[in-house]
Amino acid sequence: MRIRGRRIVGGYAEGEAIISGAPFSFYGGVDPDTGVITEPGHPLEGESIAGRVFIFPHGRGSTVGCYIIYRMHRRGTAPAAIINLETETIIATGCAMAGIPLMDRLEENPLRLLRNGDLVVVNADEGYIEI
Amino acid sequence: MYLTRLEEEMLEGEMGEAVARAMSLLVALGEVFEAERLIEVESAHISGVSYKNLGEAGLEYLEEQAELGAHVRIRATLNPAGMDLERWREMGVSPEFAEGQLRVIEAYRRMGVEATCTCTPYLIGHRPRAGSQVAWAESSAVAYANSVLGARTNRETGPTALASAITGRAPLHGYRLEENRRPSIIIDVKAHLTSKFDYGALGYLIGEIAGRSVPYIRGLRGASIEQLKALSAAIATSGGVALYHIEGLTPEARRMTRHLEDLEHIPIKPDGLREVAERFQGAGEDAVICVGCPHCSLRELMEVAMLLERRSCERLWVFTSRGVYMKAERLGIVKAIEEAGGRVYRDTCMVVAPLREMGWREVATNSFKAAHYLSSMGLTVRVAPLRELLGRGS
Repeated sequence: MRIRGRRIVGGYAEGEAIISGAPFSFYGGVDPDTGVITEPGHPLEGESIAGRVFIFPHGRGSTVGCYIIYRMHRRGTAPAAIINLETETIIATGCAMAGIPLMDRLEENPLRLLRNGDLVVVNADEGYIEI
Repeated sequence: MYLTRLEEEMLEGEMGEAVARAMSLLVALGEVFEAERLIEVESAHISGVSYKNLGEAGLEYLEEQAELGAHVRIRATLNPAGMDLERWREMGVSPEFAEGQLRVIEAYRRMGVEATCTCTPYLIGHRPRAGSQVAWAESSAVAYANSVLGARTNRETGPTALASAITGRAPLHGYRLEENRRPSIIIDVKAHLTSKFDYGALGYLIGEIAGRSVPYIRGLRGASIEQLKALSAAIATSGGVALYHIEGLTPEARRMTRHLEDLEHIPIKPDGLREVAERFQGAGEDAVICVGCPHCSLRELMEVAMLLERRSCERLWVFTSRGVYMKAERLGIVKAIEEAGGRVYRDTCMVVAPLREMGWREVATNSFKAAHYLSSMGLTVRVAPLRELLGRGS
């Protein structure tokens, strides 16, 4: 199944979906050296986003978050791609700095459509994902 | 988004990897904000300097950009660092922190950024002209540049301002467009403001009311540079205000008068101003007094020196830019403050220095911006006019 969306940062990636229903802050939300979510009380606390297709509504918190995304990329702990409902400056900046494919405004709500572990192809260059 | 041929070439890497990366960042943000195209910008002011905020991750990014040969194409100045670049030991900053901080500054210098380390570039000769497009970060300087100088910028972040400095471009959206500079709320000031402190309180209150909208402020008879600096810092702190107009005072206010119909009016009364000041009354008499958020002007340093005449104050830290410091030093103002027991530091301020790591717990300040951020960092804070802080009554 192919779903179209808006390309923010181009690129191609494949990976297992990992989904956060709540907005996410990379600053303080994740350990950049391991890719494990550390935000206390977060439904994904203890799970790794490294190499996965990370899906959440939008970023929040400090703009320092963009440097954290970049650092994860350098450490090899970054997500393979990010999909937001409606992205904003912090996530877009971080993904552009790190060259991580980023899409938003999919034709269908990915938070409802996808389950953790689903295999997702993100073709941001062409503006679609495939499940 | 439409790109010119030159911009396409920049994006494709024909002017080097660093330019390509900077361009791809601007294009990504242009997509987010649905900008039709990029626009040329004349200058940049870059935040993301304090090692306290950047950490290892930010340092790594900057060093990699410098290594790739990134270099600014337009004038670019730098926001404050986490310490006085020379007197950090005296401040109590750790050698580990200082090492990281000096590497950050060195990376920016290699890219051709002026290491001004101040949040008030407009006080040291970096003053964009009215109507010019610039890419400024630092919320207080953004509000000042847009509102008081009439320049045009969005609230840039460190990486976007740097990318604009490297490419000389920024996505055309937001406050760069005339239609988004129109007021969306009218603030009727029904109080008599006398001091810079009052303007800070007013800014803090308006920011809360206006959020991210553009306030049109009425009822002010005039304002000094220092008062507008305090207003700009506070209004951008409690809300996300990047642009305001003051009737009879700021450069774009006159042409906005035809867009005032049907706007909501919010009155501000003296009790509202008193109430915001009462929110930060935690710290006791032993707190360290911090002045210089935003960085002190020469006139403000003179005021501190005058209030300290024939008395001493052992717990006073004053922050300013190198440019202003040099003038103050020549006039004997720095000496006067330091002989009374105060310290005058450059390149940094109470908001971006690692105060908690240095063991600080309580701060008293005349800045609403500093009060806001220090209390969110867990310090106990008191806000009061300078005269009161220095024990000269109100």
